[in-house]
Amino acid sequence: MDLLLGIGGSEDSFRALEETLERASETGDSLTVAIVENPESETDVEEIRGRVEAALEAASFDAEIRTLSGHPGSQLLELAEREGYDRIVLGGGETSPLGKVELGSIAEFVLLNARTTVTLVR
Amino acid sequence: MSREYPTEIAGPYEAPPRSFVDDEGRAIELRRYGDDDFEDVVEMYLAFDPADRAQGIPPTGESDVREWLDSLADGDFVAVVARREGAVVGHAVLVPDRHGDFELAIFVLRAYQQAGIGTELLEALLGAGREAGVERIWLTVERWNAPAIALYRKMGFEASDTDSFELEMAARLAD
Repeated sequence: MDLLLGIGGSEDSFRALEETLERASETGDSLTVAIVENPESETDVEEIRGRVEAALEAASFDAEIRTLSGHPGSQLLELAEREGYDRIVLGGGETSPLGKVELGSIAEFVLLNARTTVTLVR
Repeated sequence: MSREYPTEIAGPYEAPPRSFVDDEGRAIELRRYGDDDFEDVVEMYLAFDPADRAQGIPPTGESDVREWLDSLADGDFVAVVARREGAVVGHAVLVPDRHGDFELAIFVLRAYQQAGIGTELLEALLGAGREAGVERIWLTVERWNAPAIALYRKMGFEASDTDSFELEMAARLAD
């Protein structure tokens, strides 16, 4: 399966990367990591790229890294549809001080608009 | 975070303890939460209807419920319990965020909903919060949950972030 993982720098997006690497190492899925501009995150693109590269290296996993500029949700969807990815993977939200799950704006947009299957990693 | 708080102060509401009779004629007691209440609050959440969960809380299963309640009691939280004949039937809590503001949640057992307990419990919580020096409160609520949104409005909450998936609302207890 061809996976497209969107990562915008929030902690849940890095968690999603870790879990996806672990699973893809077992299943043999191929993975593209798309770095997007998350308005809710203060981590910049270069920093995200650095962390993604480190995670790939630690998992000894080979994945293409791409950078998408512009509206993150729609850019992810466009890439997924244009290149025929089987699945989009995203972080499944942060938790509030009270423990409530809070879905990020990218995940919300992708879930409501995707024609591709979407996995949210909790 | 770009949350907007209302300029008007909510209430002021009276702090607990207090007692009242709900719309079904049941005598209800409201008190500040203390460590002694922990086990009874666990019991309440074990009896909680999973259909009334909101955004993943309360968790299901005893160990997750205990862990979650422990995590709420970390730091300067404020909580109020509603009891009927000794058993806890409602629980409302304010938990501090990283900015020193407080997130609010309230849960009432299904059999005790729509009897005016939520209003009394919220008033008591806001009263207890003001007494404890809480100034700003926020919460999130599912957009389809019209009864809850109406109740929060009545208590002085206003929508504070209309872009989010869940509706975020905020209230001010002090300047």
